[in-house]
Amino acid sequence: MAAVTAPAVAPLIERKSKLGYAVADALTIAWRNLKGMSRTPEIIMFSTIQPIIFVLTFRYVFGGSIDTGIPGLPYVDFLMPGVFLQTVAFGAMNTGIGLADDLHKGLIERFRSLPMSRSAVLAGRALSDLVRNSGVVVLMVAVGYLVGFRIHTNVGAFLAALLLLLAFSVAFSFIFAYIGMAAPSSEAAQAGSFPILALLVFASTAFAPAEGMPGWLQAYNDVQPVSVMAKALRALMIGGETAAPVLHAVLWIVGLAVVVMPITVNKYRRAA
Amino acid sequence: MEQPAILAEGLEKRFGDVAAVVGVDLAVPEGTVLGLLGPNGAGKTTIVRMLTTILKPSAGKGTILGFDVATQSDEVRERIGLAGQYAAVDDNLTGRENLIMVGRLTHQPRGGIVARAGELLERFGIADAGDRPAKTYSGGMRRRLDLAAALVHRPRVLFLDEPTTGLDPAGRLELWTVIEELVADGATLLLTTQYLEEADRLADRIVVIDHGGVIAQGTASELKRELGNTIVEVVLADPSDLDAAKSLLGEVGPTDLGDDRRSVQVKVLDSGPAVLDVVRRLDEAGLAPTSLKVREPSLDDVFLSLTGHSATDDEET
Repeated sequence: MAAVTAPAVAPLIERKSKLGYAVADALTIAWRNLKGMSRTPEIIMFSTIQPIIFVLTFRYVFGGSIDTGIPGLPYVDFLMPGVFLQTVAFGAMNTGIGLADDLHKGLIERFRSLPMSRSAVLAGRALSDLVRNSGVVVLMVAVGYLVGFRIHTNVGAFLAALLLLLAFSVAFSFIFAYIGMAAPSSEAAQAGSFPILALLVFASTAFAPAEGMPGWLQAYNDVQPVSVMAKALRALMIGGETAAPVLHAVLWIVGLAVVVMPITVNKYRRAA
Repeated sequence: MEQPAILAEGLEKRFGDVAAVVGVDLAVPEGTVLGLLGPNGAGKTTIVRMLTTILKPSAGKGTILGFDVATQSDEVRERIGLAGQYAAVDDNLTGRENLIMVGRLTHQPRGGIVARAGELLERFGIADAGDRPAKTYSGGMRRRLDLAAALVHRPRVLFLDEPTTGLDPAGRLELWTVIEELVADGATLLLTTQYLEEADRLADRIVVIDHGGVIAQGTASELKRELGNTIVEVVLADPSDLDAAKSLLGEVGPTDLGDDRRSVQVKVLDSGPAVLDVVRRLDEAGLAPTSLKVREPSLDDVFLSLTGHSATDDEET
């Protein structure tokens, strides 16, 4: 009965490197998430129609009454970077909802019993949400263009802004991935995410400049991540001092990645 | 003796102060079916989750084909299939896509995955629905897809956690047929169930679990022999004679009225002479039986005598 001490069963499957499997498994999970997304029209609606309504409302309803604080800058040029941010920030909520769903439908239990890479569920989710966010951002750029949004810098700076935005979307979504796994249901994940998003997105400089806000709110918006990102995106799209705002934004992204990602990964390891 | 395909030694799981599983020993030889029988909350699912590497045991040891579930989880996962009571299929994917996903995640050779998915859909009778999203499937079809997903990578050891819970009788029968085919093909299977009939029908050996521990084990007939007496059941033409018959037959052995209020059941030790005795006494009293049956106790009877409560008593807890 040698097999007990020295299990010598021939490998059942062709071997790749651990990293090779991790990438392949994450791609499979991302494929499955994107397929699912394409068959859940309400998610596509939520991630596209809703920001378009925001653009139209702010551009045409509130826009006339908002002073951008920068002489000669049309409100739509101030607004669109904020809309891009709002789009990816609310998109992050779907990351948590998706994970909560997988957890409570027993899919993660199945994944855990498979010889797949342990990082694949989170990495695949981050990847599919990055693809979705990229698509929605491209759509929002087009919508913005149609309602008069123009960049004041150059294409290189604009693309850098979009890269920064997408990097932020990934790091930010890990907060909501954590909430999704902690929540007892996908409905609870949504309900739990919304107040946080409201605090970060609505109470930010995404739609209106800080100048009109009370002092304490201005102080909050000097440091909170969505407003910091808004400042960096505007610097890259509109112009003005760029290095400091972008550095501040990068610090937030790196900070979120370094602090929140390990907590979320650990939560995934322990999740039921 | 050959090494068992599934082995548990002193397996324990505590959640805080609560002991969910206490010192469970199991040994399932390759090619056999073990039924883990017990009410809801008995700890069956926790045992399965430990043996399938999902939960770490608090104490004790589990091995699958010689690989330790706690320290060699990758090796274990390559060799096991798990189908759970919640039918873990992706609703938005079609049946075929669900199987292809599992094929990729179990790192099957790329070229064979699609063919394997088609073969399994065919075998489990869901080929016609194979390209429809799983959310359109009936409960029975979902369970069969779930079971198919557990088999994609040809696992040598299969765990089925309450495979038919919540199914209607037709769905249950369909699934039983499918499982019996797997067993006939030589699968090693650990099956949990709250249905005594299911364990009796599918399992070679039965381990009865209550409050996280093993309270009895053996083959179905061993359990019955060990724990129950033979029952002689007499159905009378006139139900008004039942009480008279009950007290009359009380001299043969302990009696009970049947659930249908038309029969008297007498527990006897030695069925041959006892049947003669029963017939003689009925005849002398002028009571005419319409039928007289000698039967082994059901597993329900066994469970009741083991635990003092019926298998389904605390199903809602």
